[in-house]
Amino acid sequence: MARTGPTSMARRTLLWLGALIIVCIVAVGAGVISGAASWAPKLGLDLEGGTQMILEPKVEGNGSVSADQLNQAVSIIRQRVDGSGVSESQISTQSGRNVVVQMPGAPTDEQRALITASANMNFRPVIVSSEAAAGAVPVAQRTPAAKLPKPTAKPTNASDPNWVDAAVMKKYEATSCVAPTTPPDTNADPAKPMVACEADSGFKYILGPVEIPGKWIQTASYGLQTGAQGATTNQWQVALTLVKPQGADAFKTVTQRLYAKYVANPNDPQARFAIVLDGNVVSAPASQAVITDGQSSITGNFTEASAKTLADQLKFGALPISFTIQSDEQISATLGLQQLEMGLLAGLIGLGLVVIYSLFQYRALGFVTILSLVIAGGLTYLAIILLGWSENYRLSLAGVAGIIVSIGQTADSFIVYFERVRDELRDGRGLVAAVDNGWMRAKRTILASKAVNILASVVLYFVSVGNVKGFAFTLGLTAVADLIVVFMFTHPTLLLLARTRFFGEGHHFSGLDPVQLGAVPLYRGAGRFRSPEDTLAVAKGKNARAAGEAERRQTIAERRLAAKEAEMVGSRGAGAKKSEPSDDSKEAK
Amino acid sequence: MKSFATFGNELYTGERTFQFVGKRKIWFSITAVAVLFSILVPLLGGGFNFGIEFRGGSQFTISNVSNTSPAIGEKAVAAGAPGTVAVVTNIAGKTMQVQTDRLSDDQTSKVKKALTSAYGVTNDQVTSTFVGPTWGQDVSRQAIIGFVVFVLLATLMMALYFRTWRMSVAAIIGLLVVMVVTAGIYAASEFEVTPSAIIGFLTILSYSLYDTVVVFDKIRENTADIKSSTRRTFGEEVNLAVNQTLVRSINTMMVAVLPVGSILFIGALLLGAGTLRDLSLALFIGIIVSTFSTVFVAAPMYAWLREKEPELVKQAKKVQAKRAAQTVDA
Repeated sequence: MARTGPTSMARRTLLWLGALIIVCIVAVGAGVISGAASWAPKLGLDLEGGTQMILEPKVEGNGSVSADQLNQAVSIIRQRVDGSGVSESQISTQSGRNVVVQMPGAPTDEQRALITASANMNFRPVIVSSEAAAGAVPVAQRTPAAKLPKPTAKPTNASDPNWVDAAVMKKYEATSCVAPTTPPDTNADPAKPMVACEADSGFKYILGPVEIPGKWIQTASYGLQTGAQGATTNQWQVALTLVKPQGADAFKTVTQRLYAKYVANPNDPQARFAIVLDGNVVSAPASQAVITDGQSSITGNFTEASAKTLADQLKFGALPISFTIQSDEQISATLGLQQLEMGLLAGLIGLGLVVIYSLFQYRALGFVTILSLVIAGGLTYLAIILLGWSENYRLSLAGVAGIIVSIGQTADSFIVYFERVRDELRDGRGLVAAVDNGWMRAKRTILASKAVNILASVVLYFVSVGNVKGFAFTLGLTAVADLIVVFMFTHPTLLLLARTRFFGEGHHFSGLDPVQLGAVPLYRGAGRFRSPEDTLAVAKGKNARAAGEAERRQTIAERRLAAKEAEMVGSRGAGAKKSEPSDDSKEAK
Repeated sequence: MKSFATFGNELYTGERTFQFVGKRKIWFSITAVAVLFSILVPLLGGGFNFGIEFRGGSQFTISNVSNTSPAIGEKAVAAGAPGTVAVVTNIAGKTMQVQTDRLSDDQTSKVKKALTSAYGVTNDQVTSTFVGPTWGQDVSRQAIIGFVVFVLLATLMMALYFRTWRMSVAAIIGLLVVMVVTAGIYAASEFEVTPSAIIGFLTILSYSLYDTVVVFDKIRENTADIKSSTRRTFGEEVNLAVNQTLVRSINTMMVAVLPVGSILFIGALLLGAGTLRDLSLALFIGIIVSTFSTVFVAAPMYAWLREKEPELVKQAKKVQAKRAAQTVDA
C-alpha cells in the first residue's frame, strides 16, 4: 500500500463501523439473554394479529351520544392508547355510535382498564374510611337494624356524617373491597353519598355528594416534586389545574373545610377528598393546604407509573362519558402474514433485480453497492429490534413497505457517488484522485438530498396518525442508516479499493475503466496514472475545479466549429478533448 | 455495459445533448396538457374512487373458503340485501372480503347468514364490521397538514442551501406537477384511493424533491462561476448539468422502481387488494413521474426563472459575441 494517511483513516472508519454493529448486536444479545428483547422485530396488529375492542360510549343520564361527543371519545381513547405505550393502534368509529380500538398484541390489564375506564370522574369528600383493606363485614357481625345510624339533622356540608343513614351503612358493611370485590356503583347519584373502594389499596369509603365534577378539571400533569429550595427531589407528584372560576372557587371552599380538619387531626379521614372514577376511588389525598387558585399538587407514595396513570385519569376525567365493552376479539395474524410473505418475496425479487442491474452497470463496483445495501439493511434491522425493545416500536405492513421503498433511495447515494467518481475519471484523473475529488462533491449532494428525506419523515411522523406514523418512522430510520453506511462503509471501501491493482489499473470489469469512460490517460502503461494536476486539484477550491472542468468541456456547436477549423487549418487544440480514445487504447474495446 | 458508459461519456462531454432547457416550450406545453388533463379527469369523470375507509360501509371477511369465486359472494349479498352493490375480492389464500355500502343491522345479519351458507363455512368464520368514515378523513386531513408543513420547510431549507429562492420555487413547481399528475392517473385509472395510497402519495412527496435536489446540486456546481465564464450561457450550463446527471437519474429511477414494481406485480397477481399493492402503485407512478418532472419541468423552470437577470443577460451576450467572433475567424 502506497500511502498511509487516507488508507489508515479508511481502515479506522471501517473498524468503527464494525464496532458500532458489534455494540448493537451485543446490546440486543444482552436483551435477549435477560428475556426483555428478541431477535425478531415486534410486529404490528396487521402482521401479528392483536386485539380489537368495540366500545359503546354512554353519556351520563342515558342520553344518546352526539357525533361531537363520539369524536371526542375517539380522540380521548386515542390519547389513552398512545399514552399507555401502545403504538400503531387504529381507532375508528363504527355505526355512528361505537368506538373501535385495534391494538397489536394483547393489552395488559392496566392498559385495558385505562382505555375502557369511564371518563365520569368527580371529587367527593371522605366521610368514613376503613383503616386497612376491607372485605365485607360477615353477616353475623353486621350492625343490627336498631343500631344503624339515624341522622338527626340535615347535613350542613358534603363531609357531614349526617349523610350516613341506615341504607348507606348497610351498603357499606355489605361491600367488599378485597377479592371477590363488589362491582363498583358506576351510576351513583352525584347529589347523594356513596360507598366506594380504592382498587389499589382495598380501602373502603363512605363518600359525600359530588363537590367538584370532572368537567371542571382543566388539565393534569405529573413530574418530580420540587423541594422548598427549588431543588428537584425524587418524589413523584401529580399537578392538577381546575377550570377558573367555578372549579377553582369550589375547590377553595372544599379545601378550606378539609384543611381545618387536617390541622385538628392529620389522620382524620374527613380531611381527605376522594377522586372517584367510574365508581372507584383512584386516590384519596388529605388536604394539606387551602388551594385558592385551582392549582394543586397531589403527593404521596407515587411511582412514576402510578403518577402518570393518575395524571392521565385526571386529564381524561373531564369528559362525562363512560364506555362499555361491546366486543373484545383477537385478530388472527394469518392474513397479515400472507401479505408479509408476499411483500418480503417482492422485496427480495426487487433486491435481486437491483443487484443484477448494478452489476451490469457498475461491474465489480456493483459488489460494493450490494454489500453497502446489506449493511444498511442490517443496521436498520438492528435499530428496529432495539427500538421495539426500548420504545415498543412495532413493525407494520406499511413499515415493511417503507423499507422496501427505501432500497432505491439508499442505492441512489452510491449511484451519485460512483457517477461523480466516473466524471472525475472522464477528466483524465487517476483513480485515487478521482475518488477523493468525487467524494468531496458527492458528499454535499448526498447530505442535501438526504436532509429532504429526513425532513419529510420527521414532518410526517409528527402530523400523522395510526400507521402512517410507522411508515414515516421506517423511512427516517433507513435514511439515517444509509448516511452511516455511505460515510462509514462505501467511501472508505472505495478508498481502499482505489489502491488495489484491479481497480487502480482500471480493469475492464472494475466498472472504473478509464478507457471505457472515454478518458485519455495522461501517461499510459502499467501502474497507476498520476497526473500533476491531481495534487493541484486537491489544493484548489471546488468551484475552481468545476470551472476548470467547464472550460474543458464543449458544446456540440463548439466541437463542430473546432472540427471545421481543424479540417481547414489543422488542429488548433483549443482545449478540446478528443472524443475518441487514442489509437492504442482502442484495442481494449 | 459499454454502450451505456459511452452514452454517459458523450453526455458528460456535451457530445450528445438533450435539449431539456432549449426546447422547454415543448416540455412545458406537454406538462401543461398533462396537468390540465389531470385536473379535468376527476372533475368530469366523477372524481376519485375512494376506498371503504373514506366512504364508510360494511365489510365482511370470510376465512377458510374452499371456492374463491367472487360471484358466490355477489349472489349472497344480492339475496341478503337486494339492491346493494358488493365488491368481492380474494384478499389472500383462502380469505374473501366483501365490501358494501352501509347496511342496517338487520341487513348485516341477513348478508352474513347468506355468505356463511354460500361459501359453506361455519358461522364464526364470517366476521362483519362496519367501517366509519372517520379514519380515512383523519388520515387525509393529517396528510394535507403534513404536505403543507413539509413544502414550507423544504422551500426554506432549499433556499438556504442553494442560496437562491428560485431553485426552491422551481423544485416546488416540479413537485406540484408530480402530485397533480399522479392524482390524475389515479382518477383516470379508477384505482381505489385507500389510506395506504395516501401514504404512498406522501412518500412521493419526499422522493420527488429528493430527486430534484440531486440534480439541482449539480446545476449549482456547474453555474457557480457563470458570471466570469464566456464559454456557455446560463441556460446551456443548466442543460449540461442535467445531461451530466442523466445517467444517474436513469439508474436511480431503475433501482427505485424495480423493488416497487415487483411488489406491484406480485400484489396485482397474487394478493388482490391490500396495503402493499395500494402503496406500491402510488409509488410506481410517482417515482417515474418524479424523474421526468425533475429533468423536464424543474430544471428548465429554474433556467427560465433566472435567464432574465440583467447580469446573466449580459453574460449571454458576451458568449454570443465570442462565438460570432470565432465563426468570423473561421
